[in-house]
Parts: sequence; C-alpha cells; structure tokens
Amino acid sequence: MTISLKVNGKSQQVDADPSTPLLYVLRNDLGLHGSKFGCGLGQCGACMVHVDGKATFSCVLPIAAVGDREVTTLEGLLEDGKPNKLQQAFIDEAAAQCGYCISGMVMRAQVLLKEKPNPTDEEIRHHMRTNLCRCGTHAAIMRAIKRAAVA
Amino acid sequence: MNFRRVVYTVMTVCVVIALAGLAWIWRPAIAPIAANAKVVFDRKTINRGAELAVIGNCSDCHTKEGGPSYAGGRSLPTPFGTIYASNLTPDPDTGIGQWSEEAFRRAMHEGVDREGRQLYPAFPYDHFTNATNEDIRALYAYLMSLAPVRNTIPANELNFPFNYRPLVAGWKLLFLSRANLEPDASKSAEWNRGRYLVEGLGHCGSCHTPRNALGGERKDSAYAGGVADGWNAPPLNASLIAGHHWTVDQLAEYLSTGWHQQHGAAAGPMADVAKNLGQASKEEVHAIAIYIASLSPQGGGAPSTPAAVDAGNAANARPEIVAIYNGACAKCHNDRNTVGPSKALPLSLSTAVHQQEATNTVRVILNGIQSYRTDGGPYMPAFDGMFTDDQIAALAQYVRGRYSGQQPWTDVRAMIAKARREGAQP
Repeated sequence: MTISLKVNGKSQQVDADPSTPLLYVLRNDLGLHGSKFGCGLGQCGACMVHVDGKATFSCVLPIAAVGDREVTTLEGLLEDGKPNKLQQAFIDEAAAQCGYCISGMVMRAQVLLKEKPNPTDEEIRHHMRTNLCRCGTHAAIMRAIKRAAVA
Repeated sequence: MNFRRVVYTVMTVCVVIALAGLAWIWRPAIAPIAANAKVVFDRKTINRGAELAVIGNCSDCHTKEGGPSYAGGRSLPTPFGTIYASNLTPDPDTGIGQWSEEAFRRAMHEGVDREGRQLYPAFPYDHFTNATNEDIRALYAYLMSLAPVRNTIPANELNFPFNYRPLVAGWKLLFLSRANLEPDASKSAEWNRGRYLVEGLGHCGSCHTPRNALGGERKDSAYAGGVADGWNAPPLNASLIAGHHWTVDQLAEYLSTGWHQQHGAAAGPMADVAKNLGQASKEEVHAIAIYIASLSPQGGGAPSTPAAVDAGNAANARPEIVAIYNGACAKCHNDRNTVGPSKALPLSLSTAVHQQEATNTVRVILNGIQSYRTDGGPYMPAFDGMFTDDQIAALAQYVRGRYSGQQPWTDVRAMIAKARREGAQP
C-alpha cells in the first residue's frame, strides 16, 4: 500500500504495510539512519523523532497514524547542512560515548528548549526521563542541553 | 409586651445556640514544643511508624513531584478548589516541628491542627480516626525522625464559602465518626487486622467509595467505586469487572508489586499505593488482601483461569485504526493467553477496558504506565502526542468492542480533553 509522509519538509511516498512502524520506513525506505532501533517497545528513546513538533517514539508509531503530520528526524535539525545549536552543543560537550542514544536525546531535548529556552536542571531531568543511555553519559548530556540553552 | 418578650426569648435562644456552636467548633491551640526539645523514640517505634506511613500512602499526597519526601506542597484538586498538602517534616516553622504527640494525635483523630484550626477532609481523618493511639504514636515518632525540610506551603485556593475553615466542623458532624472496629469474633484475626488497616490508615475508601455532593463518603455504597485524581477507582465490592475474580494471593501480589498476570498493572494513583505497599511487610499486605477480598461476593475464592478473549467486534473498525492497533499495541498486548513484553496483558483481562467509562483506558493510552521498579516492572509508553485525539478515541472504542464485547463508550473525546487539561504528560 502506498502511503504519503512528510519527512524533514519533503513529501515522500512509501510502499509499506500501514501497520509498519515509522522507524523502519525512515531507516529502510528513506535512508535516514539518525534514528536508532533500540528496544522496539517505546522504552528507551533511541528512535525518537518529532511528529508535528512533539517528541515521539517512532518504533511504536505505525505509519497509518502519521497522516499529514510533519515528521522531523535528527537530519532535519541541520541548518544549512550544519549541526544546529543543540547538536553542536552535544558535539562540544562530547556527550556521546557509544552514541546510540544520542539522536533520541537530541530530539527529545530540542522539544524542551523550544518550550522552555532556559530549563532548570530539574526540568531537564524530568523531561529527559523517557530516554535511556546505557553508557551513563547523562552528566555530559545535561551539560550539552544547558550549553545550548544559554548559548 | 408579649411580643417583646417573644423577641427577647428568640434572640436569647439564638445567641445561646450560636455560642454553643462556637464552643463546639472551637478547639484550643496545643502549646508548641520547645524549639530545642529533643523528641526521642526508640528505633523499633520509628521503624513501625515507617511501615504504617507506607500503608497510609502518606508520602504520595505529602510530597510534591520531584520534591523532598514528606515536605508537602503537592496540589490536590477537589471539586471545591485546590488544597496544598502540608509539610510533615519536623521543620519548626513550615512543618510539624512544634507539634507535640498530642497535637498530632488530635489532627489524626479529629482533623484539627496544632493551632486549633479545622483541617479540610482532603486529609482523610475520617479514616485515620480509627487508628490506635499506639499506631499514631509510631507514625509521629517516624515523622519526627525525618530530616526537617524548610518548605512553605502555598495557601489553599478554595471557592467561597469553602475557604471558611469553621464550616469543616459542620462537615465533621455529618461525616466524621469512628467506625465500629470492635474485633469481629466470627472472623479470623488476620481479617480483623486487614479491616483495621483498610478502614483506618490505609483509607482505601477515600478513593474506592463514591462521595456525595458535600464530599462525604456514601456509606450506603461503601467500596462501590469512586474517583481518584481524575481516574476511576474501580469498585472493590464486585470483583468480576473483567470477568474473572481476584483471589487473596492475587490481591496481595498486586498490592505489593503493582502487577498481577491475570489483572495487569496498577496505574494512575494506584501505582503509588502499590509502590508504597511494596515496602510494607508481607503479613500486613496479606491481611489487607484478605479483608479486601471479603468485600466482594466472589472475592477470595479458588483461582479461575481467564482466557484471552477476542469478542470479534472489530469488523467495523476503520482500517487505519486496525493498522495502528497492530503496529503499536499488539507488539505487547497479544491475543494469546500470555504476558507480553513490559508485562503487558491480553486486553480482555483489563479492568479498564471493561469499566463503564472510558476514563482509565484513555488515561493509560495518554500517560502510559511509568515504571518505578528496577527489576523489569510493568511499563507502557505514553502515546500522548503520538496519536491524534481522534485516533485515541477510535482506538479506545476498538479495544472496547474487540476485547470486552460490551457497548461502545460515550463521551470518549470529552474524557480525552479532560485528561489533557489535567496534565497528561509522560
């Protein structure tokens, strides 16, 4: 079945079962490998993307549910082909160890900064609790978000 | 002459009644304990108080999300306005640091604070009045052993006339009375223990009993189901909502772990209750389970083996909704009679899907079930923001038809809107 999706500002046609998780289509059909497959159950946040500006687990979001809502992935945050402020802050703080969770962390944090440009530590912790990092780089992730907030 | 005498008499009677009323409402302040007074209790009493505090779920209301335990400040929305829970740490200025044991006992039994002010019954003293002095002493010992936290509590935001505290005395006249908890010799000691905990500190009826227009529990409908933080607290006097009853052991497991494989996960405010009861002794939780099971005709019987049922009413569903169910929900909620990932159950076992209102199903879809355990407890992601309100409503009706076989719900969209207003956030 052909389904239309709006991804990173572009209209895309994909041929897939409507129950297919958005993540699979992003990675396998559209070649966007920023989002990662972690648990596949909406538990870890590695797959997080924006759907109409809201942070969303793409591994449990069937493409049938997306409709004409706008999907944004890590690649879609680039500004003129360069990392945006938050992405650059993650690079500057060397927030990645293995890096697997980082795409999801950036996508999740971006939503917070849009709503609250200067969040408190407590607000950051509360907001980011849906995303897990097995390496334990949370302190660096925290610094990166704060760096982007004040930059 | 006669007329004048009548007027005087009426006026005198009125004044006497008013004075008697005031005298009846008035409670003296209880002298503060000295700032340097050391309240010392033995470790055993303090530990006992700690266990009673988890049975009473005290920390749930008296801790603001992300704030220090027992330091209060959590807002409690009521039909009469918003009340802020008090600081139970022994800070002398903002907590109970100046309270003597007698002042604490009076608050628990009579709903009056140390300074003699009437306390609102959001603080469930209509149950705590059943607690023994000895247990209240242990609770006091525990709270006074906590580190004091300076936390000034915001003033309540109650609508007129409920912001006038002396009115609470009238409420008490109607709804505050000690339950007759004389041991029932025809029942086991454990049942009697369970009754004491459930009717007293456990205050289960605060959520699971419907309330009247004045906010009093309707004793004629005890445990017939109520409301808690916008969630429907299911009836405890009829255990067949989802077609299979609770045994004592199942209840005990559910209460102490927040999950049972035939009944699912504690969600909403019940998750906090289970989190707390998980720290109580097995004996106390088992006694609670015995009493709760005895409230329903089928409770406590032999275990049944519920089968996952697909009532089939899915043929009319929109293909988009079936695809969403298969892609998002069925990963965990399978149609076989097995527990899926994240401890998800077949939805035909779900109480929420069988309840008369869509409230709990909608709230679970929006909020998910947040895991508090580190040993792989139940978990569900929050689908707020992932699906549109229209999709959530259709999905709720789909699982209702397919897994309960009952009539569709009404007002699902309104319940989604209400849940969102009340802050459905992952």
